[in-house]
Amino acid sequence: MSSKPYIREIPKTSWFFRQPRYMRYMGREVSSFFIGAFTLLLVVGLKRLAQGPEAFQSFLDALRGPLGVLFCLITLAAALYHSTSWFNVTPQAMPIQRGEELVPGKMIVGAHYAIWAVVSLIVLILGI
Amino acid sequence: MAKSNKPIIWGLFAAGGTITAFVTPVLVLLTLFAAMRFAPTMFTYDSIHAFAAHWLGKLIIFGIITLSLWHAAHRFRVALFDVGVRADLVVATILYIIAALGTISTFFSLLSIH
Amino acid sequence: MSEERQIELEVLRYNPETDLEPRYQTYSVPCVNEWVVLDALNYVKENLDPTLSYRWSCHMAVCGSCGYMINGEPKLGCKAFIHEYGDHIRVEPLANFPIERDLVTVVEDFITKFSSVKPYLIPKEEKSISAGEYKQTPAQLMKYKQYTLCINCMLCYAACPQYGLVPEFLGPAAISMAHRYNQDSRDGGRNERQEVIASHEGVWECSFVGACSEVCPKHVDPAGALQQVKVASTIDWYKEHLMPWGKK
Repeated sequence: MSSKPYIREIPKTSWFFRQPRYMRYMGREVSSFFIGAFTLLLVVGLKRLAQGPEAFQSFLDALRGPLGVLFCLITLAAALYHSTSWFNVTPQAMPIQRGEELVPGKMIVGAHYAIWAVVSLIVLILGI
Repeated sequence: MAKSNKPIIWGLFAAGGTITAFVTPVLVLLTLFAAMRFAPTMFTYDSIHAFAAHWLGKLIIFGIITLSLWHAAHRFRVALFDVGVRADLVVATILYIIAALGTISTFFSLLSIH
Repeated sequence: MSEERQIELEVLRYNPETDLEPRYQTYSVPCVNEWVVLDALNYVKENLDPTLSYRWSCHMAVCGSCGYMINGEPKLGCKAFIHEYGDHIRVEPLANFPIERDLVTVVEDFITKFSSVKPYLIPKEEKSISAGEYKQTPAQLMKYKQYTLCINCMLCYAACPQYGLVPEFLGPAAISMAHRYNQDSRDGGRNERQEVIASHEGVWECSFVGACSEVCPKHVDPAGALQQVKVASTIDWYKEHLMPWGKK
């Protein structure tokens, strides 16, 4: 039994600066802010689409300019970080067992990247 | 310790995270092109409108947008808690209301596109 | 000829009978290159300062006793090789646990939480000895074998920021051990364990930082186990609420 245990306080706001792995984690979590903001942008864009060609065009025009480009660049980085970190942990979260062996993690991850490439290509071609 | 009702939100989070991982990067790329006036023949109102008018297009758009919203809302809730914002119930309520409003807006926008 | 190197070992000291706060004390230790940090600590205790207190036992990474923060990273003292470090090594007690004395932490919280998940086989039905042994195929063994490797060293609790921020959190090792038994074909206690691990303080406190799996010396991958528990608990929840007539 302890006579006088000493409790080390953890700084609630800056604990993640202590280790690189915590910084990477916070980067992943913060990516959700930009992805969320972007998705809300899509919500607005969809509304403008429903309102007609002039409304939709003014939505596209509002995107243009340095601020819009900057937002897209930051969001692109955030989205890419989310995707890679999500795919890389899929074998941990959903291991697949075939008989006595586990399907190698690299195969599961590789399959995700392949599907990602195909989906992205399809959407890109359809969009352009 | 009673069993939590977290699974509701976590199911949406997991589905949304998966959708976002596959689809959001290319959508952001297209948006970046639009912001940079990359290809003037892109984003014709008619083609996008036609996609959204089709029932399958509606389903896809609704799925992608709403699941992404709920995923981002939940993850950002956790992120705020991690940086010391301890009023978790308040944060959750605000963020989930935003996600709900986005969901409702998407629903009605799609409903009005013929 | 083994090379020797003079290492400055900076150790966190705390004497509950005399100190108000912990302080650092540095020892100069002649280390053989093949040594581990635990060897350096033993040198200090035997030759320089017998008052230094720390837990250790097997010196081969199976007992789980010698967990410390070595240069800010949770590690087993017997697995931290001197040749991996520069001339200055900082040793502190495992993070997220109260300090009892020097490098000795108070582990009551871990023990309580670990015990609460019922980490033992709960048979599906009563079976007498005369009915014979349980049979298990290699495939059935694969489902849980990885999670049996846990040596209760608590490095994962030291690494987990959620355990640090939310002390009520059950933690990686406890929930992984529940998963180990849930996955065992001989076991029928999943529902009982769910009451504990599917609570707010259970698996839902986890935000998949993944630090636990990175520091685990036995490659148990508790982060993976916890995500699998989340998936299973979510499926459970929908079954219970959408099909309440189903057999529990």
